[in-house]
Amino acid sequence: MDLVQSVFYICSAMVIVFAFMVIISANPVRGALFLVATFLASSVIWILLEAEFLGLILVLVYVGAVMTLFLFVVMMLNIDVVPLKETLVKYVPVALLVIVAILAMLISVVGPSHFGSMPQPAMHAADYSNTKALGMLLYTQFAYPFEVAGVILLVAIIASITLAFRGRVNRKSQRPSDQVNVNPKDRVRVIKMPSEKKI
Amino acid sequence: MFETPQFSAALPEIFLLGLTCTVLFVDIFMTARTRIITYSLTQLSLIVLFVITLMTFAWDPILTFSGNYIADSFSSLTKLVMIMLTFFVFVYSRSYIKCRNITGGEYYILGLFSLLGMMVMVSSHSFISLYLGTELLSLPLYAMVALRRESALSSEASLKYFVTGAIASGMLLYGLSLLYGATGSLELTAVSEHLVATDKVAIFGMVFVVTGLLFKLGAVPFHMWVPDVYHGAPSTVTAFITGAPKIAALAIMYRLLVQGMPSLMDSWQQLLIVVAILSMFFGNLLAIAQANVKRMFAYSSIAHMGYMLLGVIAATPEGYAAALLYGIVYAVMAVGGFAVISMLSKVGFEAEYLDDFRGLNARHPWLAFILLLCLFSMAGVPPVFGFFAKLGVIEALISVHYVWLAAVALIFAIIGAYYYLRLVKIMYFEEPSKMSKIRPAKDALIAVSINGLALLVFGIFPSQWITLTRTIFGA
Repeated sequence: MDLVQSVFYICSAMVIVFAFMVIISANPVRGALFLVATFLASSVIWILLEAEFLGLILVLVYVGAVMTLFLFVVMMLNIDVVPLKETLVKYVPVALLVIVAILAMLISVVGPSHFGSMPQPAMHAADYSNTKALGMLLYTQFAYPFEVAGVILLVAIIASITLAFRGRVNRKSQRPSDQVNVNPKDRVRVIKMPSEKKI
Repeated sequence: MFETPQFSAALPEIFLLGLTCTVLFVDIFMTARTRIITYSLTQLSLIVLFVITLMTFAWDPILTFSGNYIADSFSSLTKLVMIMLTFFVFVYSRSYIKCRNITGGEYYILGLFSLLGMMVMVSSHSFISLYLGTELLSLPLYAMVALRRESALSSEASLKYFVTGAIASGMLLYGLSLLYGATGSLELTAVSEHLVATDKVAIFGMVFVVTGLLFKLGAVPFHMWVPDVYHGAPSTVTAFITGAPKIAALAIMYRLLVQGMPSLMDSWQQLLIVVAILSMFFGNLLAIAQANVKRMFAYSSIAHMGYMLLGVIAATPEGYAAALLYGIVYAVMAVGGFAVISMLSKVGFEAEYLDDFRGLNARHPWLAFILLLCLFSMAGVPPVFGFFAKLGVIEALISVHYVWLAAVALIFAIIGAYYYLRLVKIMYFEEPSKMSKIRPAKDALIAVSINGLALLVFGIFPSQWITLTRTIFGA
């Protein structure tokens, strides 16, 4: 077993363990952190597969941006941990049954022996640009799916604004023109009062 | 290696995307009073889109965008039907959402995006465009279900829809990745050439793909979300969900199973037989127990999906033609049914219980008649279109010697007729419990009349449609 293989197995094991922890950890913040660890370990696997650009994007976008935001949101929402745990325990027997059944099927059907002989992908020289190859594919052969994916992101923006934007009700904004045109007489009232007599 | 795509083939999609963005931009400057401009622009663009799709009707298949996009007569016809259905649903929606405090602009824009997703779906010829189309269809629908923001029922429905939809997408993606592993290709023609019937990995992947699709279609045992979503969504959104997306789901089922995996036919046929029988059984039986008409229609939609699958099970060109016709007829009658429900509702009142339909004939005879046509069509009573749809499916089954399955389908159809006719009886032979006036909007009334009468007219003269669908599949 050479170095690449051992790194692959270690990282795969980490992905499985961390992904499992995401599901079973009772504290959502801890769950999000385990998700970060899962992404990191899987990015190593991607880099081993010579998909350097995708591996780095996974770290930059998911770990750096998405999960940080996610952590903020989870910390700000005051989620009650106990009821979550109770429902989880209730479904454990059924879930275990399903997991065992699917796992048995997976092992018997999708084992390496069933995939036949896939040709080894061509090895590339050290100066081979992964990013360039990806860009070429994305803007030629997969231009159509790429555009559709862009539309999906646009829809996501519209949908979330539609659901979250509640209109300008009770917004305490100021109108500069009104403030400039204000007349002292409207704001200050001078009242004449008889002075108090000193006793 | 790379060829410049034939953009003219995808003209409907390009046009729709451009117009949707225009509507989106115009809507920014609209206030509540000028919202009618958004609506008019949306409807106008749908009419123009219909004409463009009709003019670019692709009798000869065109495969372009590096095999990601296909334009053939099948995709052109389904697109025309979906555009028409969307147009009608928007007509029903105008008055319905106006008095329900639903922001108009986003409603139409999300609907248009969903239509774009459906068009991408029916024209997809690779796993990736197929998956992206499915997502583009579903994402706006989740938001549309939740548009009635103050309603807890709508939020619950939207969340359930979203979660089950996400699981379905996961299943679909896992299955597609296995199929990619087994064949080494994403493009359907290459996949169908590489697949062999004994490939266990491919069969395993196919099962996951079918599961994902059945989730989207809402067939038993993946139907749990259907009644809750249909019930919780605003009635016109339910009409939208139950119409065109079902045709799109049928279309990708055809593309994936028939065009992509013909060599696995024996496997998916068995799978679908079980699903179809379960759908017809649970759909029809559980519909009887519903006091809520929207839930009743939801269970009836589950049953109808079972009937539609029967055509795919027959696995002959006649069978596919019958399934397509069934999908179209179902969409038209279900949209009509939900339209009547939405028109009986008023501000702060949803007509959804059987009791609200009591003596409808005395309150508004014309609406009662239109609903009667829809219900007769769903039950499969002869003069109406629904009868020929059921007939076609059963005929296709008998011609491939699945007589027992046809017999089972007929028995369930008779059970199903009970609850449709019960609603007819409530409308026509019982005294109304309340006599408040029903004042549907004029445009919606005209649209629903066309919708209902189409079922009757095409029921009397069905040969055009049957010939058209058969020509498409070369039967």
